[in-house]
Amino acid sequence: MKKIISLTLALFTAFALLLGATSCGSEEKNERILDGGARTLYVYNWGEYISDGSEGTIDTNAEFEKYCREELGLNVTVNYSTFSSNEDLYAKLSSGAVSYDVVIPSDYMVARLASEGLLAELNPDDTIPNYQYISEDFKGLYYDENEIWSVPYTYGTVGVIYNTEMVPEDEENLGSWALMWDEDYTGNILQFNNSRDAFGTAQYYLGYSVNSDNEAEWREALALLIKQKNVVQGYVMDEIFNKMKGGSAAISSYYAGDYFTMYADNERLAFYHPEEGTNVFVDAMCIPKSSQNYDLAVEYINFMLTEEIAIANAEYICYASPNSLVYENETYIEDMTEVHPDAISILYDFDMSKMEFYHDLPTETRMLMNSLWEDLKIESNIGIAIYVICGVIVALGIALVLYNIIEKRRRKYYFDKYAK
Amino acid sequence: MKKKRSFLEGFAAVPHSAWCLLFIIAPLLFVVYFAFTDTYGNFTFDNITMLSSYTHIFVLSVCFALIATVICLIIGYPLAFFISQCKPQTQKIVVVLLMLPMWISLLIRTYSLMAILDNGGLLNSLFEMIGIGRVKIIGTSGAVILGMVYDFLPYMVLPIYTSISKLDPRYLEAASDLGCNSAKTMLHVVFPLSVPGIVSGVTMVFVPSISTFYISQKLGGGSFDLIGDTIERQFQNVSTYNIGAAISLVMMILILISVAIMNKFSDDGGEIIV
Amino acid sequence: MKTLSKIYMWVVFALLYAPILVLILFSFNDAGSLNNFSTFSLKWYGELFRDTRALEALKNSLYLAVSSSLLATVIGTLAAFAISRMRSKYLKAALKSATNIPMMNPDIVTGVSMMLLFVAAMSIPFSPLKKLGFATMLIAHTTFNLPYVILSVLPRFQQMDKHLTEAALDLGCTPTMTFFRVELPLVVPGIVSGLMLGFTLSLDDFVISHFVSSPDFQTLPLYVYNQTAHEVKYSMYALCALMVFVILLLLLAVNFAGGKGEKKVERPRKIRRKTGGAA
Repeated sequence: MKKIISLTLALFTAFALLLGATSCGSEEKNERILDGGARTLYVYNWGEYISDGSEGTIDTNAEFEKYCREELGLNVTVNYSTFSSNEDLYAKLSSGAVSYDVVIPSDYMVARLASEGLLAELNPDDTIPNYQYISEDFKGLYYDENEIWSVPYTYGTVGVIYNTEMVPEDEENLGSWALMWDEDYTGNILQFNNSRDAFGTAQYYLGYSVNSDNEAEWREALALLIKQKNVVQGYVMDEIFNKMKGGSAAISSYYAGDYFTMYADNERLAFYHPEEGTNVFVDAMCIPKSSQNYDLAVEYINFMLTEEIAIANAEYICYASPNSLVYENETYIEDMTEVHPDAISILYDFDMSKMEFYHDLPTETRMLMNSLWEDLKIESNIGIAIYVICGVIVALGIALVLYNIIEKRRRKYYFDKYAK
Repeated sequence: MKKKRSFLEGFAAVPHSAWCLLFIIAPLLFVVYFAFTDTYGNFTFDNITMLSSYTHIFVLSVCFALIATVICLIIGYPLAFFISQCKPQTQKIVVVLLMLPMWISLLIRTYSLMAILDNGGLLNSLFEMIGIGRVKIIGTSGAVILGMVYDFLPYMVLPIYTSISKLDPRYLEAASDLGCNSAKTMLHVVFPLSVPGIVSGVTMVFVPSISTFYISQKLGGGSFDLIGDTIERQFQNVSTYNIGAAISLVMMILILISVAIMNKFSDDGGEIIV
Repeated sequence: MKTLSKIYMWVVFALLYAPILVLILFSFNDAGSLNNFSTFSLKWYGELFRDTRALEALKNSLYLAVSSSLLATVIGTLAAFAISRMRSKYLKAALKSATNIPMMNPDIVTGVSMMLLFVAAMSIPFSPLKKLGFATMLIAHTTFNLPYVILSVLPRFQQMDKHLTEAALDLGCTPTMTFFRVELPLVVPGIVSGLMLGFTLSLDDFVISHFVSSPDFQTLPLYVYNQTAHEVKYSMYALCALMVFVILLLLLAVNFAGGKGEKKVERPRKIRRKTGGAA
């Protein structure tokens, strides 16, 4: 009896300690051995960046699962998760802690991932039939000159969104980045909570290149951001949707496509591309080297470029699409015009000469930017009051403790004196 | 007989000891290891010396947490005392009401607080209606402290309530027999006897306040970085794991020291863990 | 004085509950806004039950909470038994201190330290641990549940009448039989409260999970976190409202139905001392 119990317990302990180990390992082996059996495709995308079936739209991932089942005879589950900045994506991929099959980073991140050997070769011209529909303008861009690593998914620009109810029409700063620094709107301005985009706004305003490696220029941008800190309400990313829609803030800089999403709920919002110039970006689909389902990932990317799916996505996220099946489609143009009368012109017709891509910064500049960004966060306009209150609390605490000690001594003294 | 017995006893501790070693001690050693190495695994003190540039964040976090803790104590102590004065049946209900918010995810509570305090939120709509106009609340230090107080108040009240309600009523009778009025009883009898409850309440509020990152992210509007935010950001990028580990290490040591000190000062001591 | 204290209690509770009530109220708001209430509707609840990712996260949360609290209870009960019988004072103190570390430490440090361990374990060649996920979450949750289980079981072992054990041994039980037939049944209340404590702690944990999870295994708090970082779907309010109701019902049930002499199942998240609360 005793032996049996101790044996079971021993086994159990071993099991408990190794649980992580075994369950993980076996799962992966199964995936590879049982080709044609149940497989999981890991897709890592920006938040709210795919048509997900809400409010009667097409559920892209479910459609893909259906497609695999019906056309390829494969039982595939799409595991879809989201990130909120390129740096998050980079952290996840470079740590090796998780493996994905399809990721959708922005241009400069594609370049960095490729240069660090984190991407698998894709050669879309050969592997992805629908790649032919991609506009020539978006093939072989700086981040992927030889068309090896990526397939563009969407592109877009950064601009300024403002609430016409709170910003009068005759505001002289309209059309310029200066609006983001306007003290009349103190507490009603939202800035990016991501170092690259936030520094970008300051650099464009100053007329510097966002890809500069001149430390003085970066420091000047920081000074400008510190100045702005007094007028901004906060540093946010996607929380901006709720804030702008609800009228909690008057001015913010954000991506053009997202403006339409906000506009759909609040027609008082307006948008412009600042005259000083702004950022243009391409988000592209790539396959990480660690992918366990290369074939399925290729299949997925191709599927994303098919007409019905691409239009559904473009209409859902409202970003410009480099896919000719989309931007030449009549229904798409009609639908977008219905969303906003100027949608097509804002999305597709802009002056490229004033736009600048983010390039992957050299490590040194990146480190500089990160440390400057931390300086910005540390730089605080918190009143001295906080420290004074704190000092008083500490002083009171010490006084109380001292009083207690003295009192105890005193009592002990009298106790000893009279107890004897 | 004795021998067999000790075999079972000895064995029962094995799984737990192994677990402690593997998943409690080892991870902490890794924190120490990362704090004293660079990205290539070479021994270095750079991470620790670099911490001086974070002094400001440390001071700020301690200030925020301290103020929040004191406010919690000021609001919570009378509340705990009043609850203990209620009828037993009422006490039961009130305690359930007090525990309910603790069971609701902190994320949800903080988020709904943010929705209320936001520039276009309910509170500001109310202000506009009565003619005060909008007040910027989110993004101020006050909002962060308010969030901490709101989120952690029950952790202050419950232990104090427990220690007051365990108080022998005969002490109070004795005090009044010996000529204390209610204020004096409060000061000389109830308060000193509830010190253990206060100490545990203070630690239960102070520790999560100093290490929070969600509250400062949401209610601070991204404008402040507290220690928690800084640590969280360092761990989003593999190349800064080391500095993140160094910050965590220092914070851990600071907290352990302050908790130990607080335990020392609570009169009857209780048992000091660690 | 009496009325003043009543008013004070009412005010504090009103402030404590205001955000939660606002949340529940606006989950029935057809407009999908937190500013103005248009009409009453159950739209967001319908939306919630169509949201497969939220349901998946709920399933994961329950699965993880059950398995981690069970595992922690088994290990913790054995450990409590061993600690209560240990003769070496030094060993006892060491084991107790080690157990309490996750309770003393801020969650973020525990999370970070576990993450570093897992990342290091994954980088070893031929390591069985390939990626973060259920396994790492289970380990982390069990670890922070352990001290709470031990805290609620250990006093029961210590308060146990030793004569009962001696009587059982004298009457011919083997030590093992004594353990299972006499000692274990006596500590069942402690085990149950430890189990429940672990279950709720695991269900609610966000900070530690944030560091040791991966997208393939998302729990409810992580899902909520991701939601609040992006554009919030109003079905989340419905989710929160539902959680509040479920928790209220559970609390009431535990406090009023099952109150036969058993101490209230309080939820002392961070008890550092015995005076802290339950257990």
